[in-house]
Amino acid sequence: MSEIHTDVDDAAAAKLDTAPVDRDEPVEQDELGTRQRGGRSTATSVLGWLRWAWYSLTSMRTALILLFLLALAAVPGSVLPQHASNPLRVRQYYVAHPTLAPIINAIGGFDVFGSPWFAAVYLLLFISLAGCVIPRSRRHIRAMRARPPAAPRNLGRLPHATSWTTEVPVGEVVGASYGLLRSRHFRTDAASTSVAAEKGHLRETGNLVFHLSLLVVLVGIAVSSNFGFTGTVLVTEHTGFSDTAIAYDELKLGDLVSRTSLPPFSFTLNSFDATYERTGATRGAANSFDAHITWQPNPNAPQRTGDITVNHPLTTGGANVYLVGHGYAPHFRVTDGSGQVFDQVTPFLPQGSTFESQGVVKLPDAVPQQLGITGFFLPSAVDDTSGRPISVFPAPDNPLVVIGVFAGNLGLDSGVPQSVYTLDTSKMKLLATTQLAPGQTLTLPDGQGSVTFVGFDQWATFQISRDPGKGVVLVSVGFMVAGLLLSLRVRRRRFWVRAVPQDHEHPGRTLVEVGGLTRTDASGGFDEEFADIVVALQRALPPAAEEPVEQLRED
Amino acid sequence: MGVDVGLARLSNELIAGGIAAYSLGFLGYAIDSAFGNHAPRLPEEKAARLDVRVPALVGAAARTNGAAAPTAPPPSPPPARVSFISAHAGQFAIAVTVVGWLLHLGAIVSRGLSVHRLPWGNMYEFTLALTFTAVTAFLVIMMRQPARYLGVFVMAPVVLALGIAVLVLYVAPAPLVPALHSYWLAIHVTAAIIASGVFTVATAATTMFLVADHYETATAAGRRVRFSGLARIMPSSAVLDRTAYRAYAFAFPVWTFAVIAGAIWAEYAWGHYWQWDPKETWAFITWVIYAGYLHARATAGWRGRKAAYIAMLGFTSILFNFFIVNIFISGMHSYAGV
Repeated sequence: MSEIHTDVDDAAAAKLDTAPVDRDEPVEQDELGTRQRGGRSTATSVLGWLRWAWYSLTSMRTALILLFLLALAAVPGSVLPQHASNPLRVRQYYVAHPTLAPIINAIGGFDVFGSPWFAAVYLLLFISLAGCVIPRSRRHIRAMRARPPAAPRNLGRLPHATSWTTEVPVGEVVGASYGLLRSRHFRTDAASTSVAAEKGHLRETGNLVFHLSLLVVLVGIAVSSNFGFTGTVLVTEHTGFSDTAIAYDELKLGDLVSRTSLPPFSFTLNSFDATYERTGATRGAANSFDAHITWQPNPNAPQRTGDITVNHPLTTGGANVYLVGHGYAPHFRVTDGSGQVFDQVTPFLPQGSTFESQGVVKLPDAVPQQLGITGFFLPSAVDDTSGRPISVFPAPDNPLVVIGVFAGNLGLDSGVPQSVYTLDTSKMKLLATTQLAPGQTLTLPDGQGSVTFVGFDQWATFQISRDPGKGVVLVSVGFMVAGLLLSLRVRRRRFWVRAVPQDHEHPGRTLVEVGGLTRTDASGGFDEEFADIVVALQRALPPAAEEPVEQLRED
Repeated sequence: MGVDVGLARLSNELIAGGIAAYSLGFLGYAIDSAFGNHAPRLPEEKAARLDVRVPALVGAAARTNGAAAPTAPPPSPPPARVSFISAHAGQFAIAVTVVGWLLHLGAIVSRGLSVHRLPWGNMYEFTLALTFTAVTAFLVIMMRQPARYLGVFVMAPVVLALGIAVLVLYVAPAPLVPALHSYWLAIHVTAAIIASGVFTVATAATTMFLVADHYETATAAGRRVRFSGLARIMPSSAVLDRTAYRAYAFAFPVWTFAVIAGAIWAEYAWGHYWQWDPKETWAFITWVIYAGYLHARATAGWRGRKAAYIAMLGFTSILFNFFIVNIFISGMHSYAGV
């Protein structure tokens, strides 16, 4: 509470300091072991240099600078698009900034959190942290076993001090003080004429637990990145997924996970429901998503039914299955020139909040020519002012497709990989464009067949991931918070009581001196605690009546 | 579920009343600071002591033997001649702050009832809740120690933020998107709101600390300070520093918890507890900066002004996260809505 600036306080309080402290001069360590920069060696030897480097790295100042570098290094990761979270926007960035993008890419700007320089900052920080916290933990364990330091010679010079004379003899003063402090859960030590008491080691314990937990968080993250996997897959209604590497649209395996060791579950998307806000300011916003599935944890287990919704993943075989996206897959029945019928349900990609969806259907086996359909699916179509159909609502209130049908060479044999969502029309001829409502058919010219818009299914994308380190991370962040609270709420403090016989002036009387010491920057309450203890002591050791008692020091 | 339009309108009216009350409060604190009946600026040790409360037990001890009172109450300064308005501006300010606080509370509750959910689903609602926490924190601090001097520096950003909320950020009440249908909304966002609100008050104290410290340093060096009147009505830099520190020490663990709760929710909602989404990234940056502040405060050569600048930087990152990231940078938190 009260900040006191006296020499004795600064020196003594510094010894009570449990927070990391950096000093330029080598400091004799007390058992609290503050972070220090001791023994600056001017030796030119390699060893001396290394020692200097180690001291510098583990100093508080370096840790602070590394902390700021970490914050600074994270900034570009929030401003630039990142490969990991949004590859599409990275591609857009390349288009928008063709000269700048390759440079940014070269320095890891699109993968900040996986870049070597970001790793360098946090690894240095964690080494610095370990180099400080581990030795400090050892010292703290020693300190907790040590006896409280003996009373300073002059208790009156402490920031909190008082004294009075009493009729109680020295031995009883010591005994009563010892008992009182002991009963208040102080670590207490009695000498022949004095008592030393100490409390609040939990502050440093909390501090160390917090920092050690941070190190364990890093271990958990390392476990996840080595033994975890994450992948995404798009599943259309009535179709299934079984957890094999080949079934994924995209799969990232941890370094120590083999492609054959994925959990053997499978599921079928029976149907997908989405509901939307029909009225009000947020008309069109989604209210709920629900994927109804049938699943098996392994091929021999019985089939079960269940739901995957946002915030409620399916957990099986150590992996979680999350619902992350959805859309429409129009169903076309195409009859080619030879009368062959192709039933195609093709996922189209939503382009915005009204789920106007774009996609492509490729029919490489159609004769006489390969056929391709490119177009839009509009779940709730209305004509805009110019007569062009647009979608005004995400639910399928009035589904319509707007398509162009091409004939020619799809270019699938060129060897260049193609996106399933784009149609290379360079070697194709446009046969017809039209709008179709469900059930309507477009007859193609020149006997090339027909295209019927049968209807649509919905699709959902699932993210499937296993993160074996997350339990470790969760437990350690729990310890982090607990440690943080202790280190910020608990205050370290010491009390001393000394009994001085007054045989010369007043035989039979004893001068009781009480002194208290604490850090000034911790949470308050020490004044109250000191006063409280003094009051309790005075009850046990009543001041001699006629003697005017020395006032408690004011400063 | 539908929106109760009547309650929504009530909420808007209550918040307008709240803003009016807070504005009056601001005026009151300003008059109180400038012309009120103040103890003259005390030397640091004495001033530091003003926030000490002598417990009742000590009073008892003092009565029986007069030995244990750790502090004598500070001698009250001779009352300066001040007008009636100046003399009562402070009490008036506190009274209207409490009125504003009640209206503010009413606005939040009615907004929540109108949409049958916790009303912190978009920037408007978040701002209402955040400023509410800031005023609550300020009132709590005033209950524990004389802190009226903080009033101007708390009320100004609160009124400003509420004004921005009503004029710029306002959206009609509406249900939330599915990703927000989770009790983690209550846990994660509430913690973030409490932490941000307390950080706001702490920042007010730090701002005052910087002014007071500048004044003290300059006066000690015998230099003249411009606008010294401002600093003279403030408590000493030591008091301000300690008030600020206590607020930071309270808010930092809450912020830590908010980030962790967000990560747990992200694990359920998005499949990853941490994806460096822009908002996550800035929450992390804020956390790192305030961690830096706490360490700096305990490091020789970084205490005082340098630590205070770090804390100011921390609040800047909160503001950046709230305004710039929400509005200009798209990410997985984008559904939070402007």
